[in-house]
Amino acid sequence: MAHEQHNYLNHQKGIWSWLTTLDHKRIGIMYFVAIMSFFFLGGVFALLVRAELFTPGKTLFSADVYNRMMTYHGAIMVFMVIVPGIPAIFGNFVLPIMIGAKDVAFPRLNLMSWYMLMIGAAITGSTLFLENVDTGWTFYTPYSSIKTGLGVIPMVLGVFIIGFSSILTGLNFIVTTHKLRAPGMTMNRIPLMVWALYSTAILQVLATPVLAITLLLLIAEKTLGVGIFDPQLGGDPVLFQHFFWFYSHPAVYIMILPAMGVISELVATYSRKVIFGYTAIAYSSLAIAGVSFLVWGHHMFVSGQSEFAGILFSFITMLVGVPTAIKLFNWIATMYKGSIRLDAPMLFAIGFMFLFTIGGLTGVYLASTGMDVHFHDTYFVVAHFHYVMVGGTLMALMGALIYWFPKVTGKIYSDLTGRISWVFIFSGFNVTFFPQFILGNMGMPRRYYDYLPTFTELNQMSTFGSWLIGTGFLIGLFGVIYALLKGKEAGNNPFGGKTLEWTIPSPPPHENFESTPVLTGGPYEYR
Amino acid sequence: MSTANHSGGFHHAHHFNSAEHQYESSKQGIWLFLVTEILMFGGLFVGYSIYHSLYPQVFHAGSKQLSVVLGALNTVVLLFSSFTMALGINYVQRGLKNKAIIALAVTIACAAIFMVVKFFEYTHKFHVGTVPGKYAYTEELSASGEKVTKVGALLAEANKLSVVEREHKLHLDETEYEHLTLLEKTKNWPLFFGFYFVMSGIHGLHVLAGAFLIFWVLLKVIRNQVGPEYYTPVEGVGLFWHVVDLIWIYLFPLLYLVG
Repeated sequence: MAHEQHNYLNHQKGIWSWLTTLDHKRIGIMYFVAIMSFFFLGGVFALLVRAELFTPGKTLFSADVYNRMMTYHGAIMVFMVIVPGIPAIFGNFVLPIMIGAKDVAFPRLNLMSWYMLMIGAAITGSTLFLENVDTGWTFYTPYSSIKTGLGVIPMVLGVFIIGFSSILTGLNFIVTTHKLRAPGMTMNRIPLMVWALYSTAILQVLATPVLAITLLLLIAEKTLGVGIFDPQLGGDPVLFQHFFWFYSHPAVYIMILPAMGVISELVATYSRKVIFGYTAIAYSSLAIAGVSFLVWGHHMFVSGQSEFAGILFSFITMLVGVPTAIKLFNWIATMYKGSIRLDAPMLFAIGFMFLFTIGGLTGVYLASTGMDVHFHDTYFVVAHFHYVMVGGTLMALMGALIYWFPKVTGKIYSDLTGRISWVFIFSGFNVTFFPQFILGNMGMPRRYYDYLPTFTELNQMSTFGSWLIGTGFLIGLFGVIYALLKGKEAGNNPFGGKTLEWTIPSPPPHENFESTPVLTGGPYEYR
Repeated sequence: MSTANHSGGFHHAHHFNSAEHQYESSKQGIWLFLVTEILMFGGLFVGYSIYHSLYPQVFHAGSKQLSVVLGALNTVVLLFSSFTMALGINYVQRGLKNKAIIALAVTIACAAIFMVVKFFEYTHKFHVGTVPGKYAYTEELSASGEKVTKVGALLAEANKLSVVEREHKLHLDETEYEHLTLLEKTKNWPLFFGFYFVMSGIHGLHVLAGAFLIFWVLLKVIRNQVGPEYYTPVEGVGLFWHVVDLIWIYLFPLLYLVG
């Protein structure tokens, strides 16, 4: 459109109008800027960690510095990038539009969530300058509570506040999905992205409070010596692990469910076909959310819990594979005989399926109690969860970015740039993490600063791969800047999507819809 | 929690169809928030039950040391405050402004009484040395090389005195002396006070937050920002206050009576 149209970007002007905005679309963009900055920082730490492991022994810096960088890489990526990533950025932007609402249920709470993430990140980040933390992102006791320095306290306090942000976002999404759907938009007609965000929100609301109390207890332990986790005072350090993983295992699904929602959208749009098994994909999200609460014990197979508990947790953990496979098979069934267009977002979607499947299948190895004893705390585990979280969530994040970029900005993201970025990220990813499966099987422990000379070549391959991934993401970033400056005008629906956000102008007007839409059919009516 | 009322008056926000629609959404949000509160305390309750079953004698000796009278008094105060809070909501809904102000003010006063009683309970524990974890121990080691608790030091002093002198000099009556002696004989007793201080401390913070929120809605009542047409904040704060009360109703028997 040639003439200057009235939209949410030019509705108000000035930095102050952004910092006090109650518009879910602007808050989504604010999340994007913030989370991408954290992602950059976490990525730099990752590259440094890999660089240090290029040779055995000391390569660049001391073991102490290495421990800290590994901790910050993990904490930043988990708590500030992958957990909030897709829900906070794309959930905020598209969820209300997809269900035909003008905004989320609680706009002020939404803005407050953003500020809580900022405050939490600032407190956590301040430890970089005050007192570095070297516990690993899991803050395991008794090392965190008795041995290491006081930096753990602000670090954990920051994560506590970030958790609050996560709870409030989840709460907002649940109420929005329940109460603000347009007429005719029944729960069985909401887009699958919304189902995924809804299931995620339930997890955020139910799991995060347990992390909150765990972190408060850790602070209490460190300041008062309460004794709950300290064996000398009668406590039990394994209790921390139970509490921690009662949150952090469901958190893995907080990370991956929104990504699965993105993939459902991408597969439907780029296959030009009605999504196969809508209900199965929708309810498998809820099933994953439900089962995720019952599996935390698989992190503790070697912690001395009873054999019976181990067998039980092993069995339930494998159950998660069922709803996950339901999704995967339905995506493939959707692609079958579809008019597939291999645009960049679809490449990322296929990359997701490829990498997530490897991650998922190696998860079955780790869920088997006997195998886990062999693989426990080795690079096999590192490779497994990077395949799931990075191969899963970050692939989906890139796909979502290119897919919704025209809707958000009104400019088309260069597909060629997207494809080049995909080639680097996808190949780099496999070069980085596939050797780590082998390293783990050979017995290289995770988190270690040094390793045996036998492992050198595979480690060098892995480090080389990390440079490819870094390059891939930089190309992705270049694509964003290029599209903002020189991108083509997008129009309402450049990719032929069928969900509601493609029926309104790009960028959307301030209140999303001129008049409230009325739904008469499901979300993916291609043919 | 604040509601999404942009204009601050009785009008509903632009993304809701009606005031009723906004009210229902806000209420769902508040209930969800309360679920997270209960889950957070749930972690503490789980920890409590685990250690209670592992070390029943620690929890027996520890709970003897708490004052059932003061705990019961606080329970009554909080129950009464829940009643006045409910009255306050009812008065706001019926537009009885002055009565609402009195009811809410009484609720805040109850919160204050609760905190004052807590203050006396806490200071007494600091006095006798029944404090959590590492703070329960003195710097010195005993003749056998074991760590000495503050309670142990106090008892050593008390043992040199007669019953009357204990009352007079150390403010220890005979029952408390016996309870402390029992406590000192129990291994790892500071663990109980870890739970006591963390659980009642986090609950106390919630009482303070609740009192602050009630004060906030009290101001709204005074400024005529809430009334029969729009009372979501009053009701939301009321629900929060009831949950704070409810959690104490579980904490009181667990800490004071179960021993």
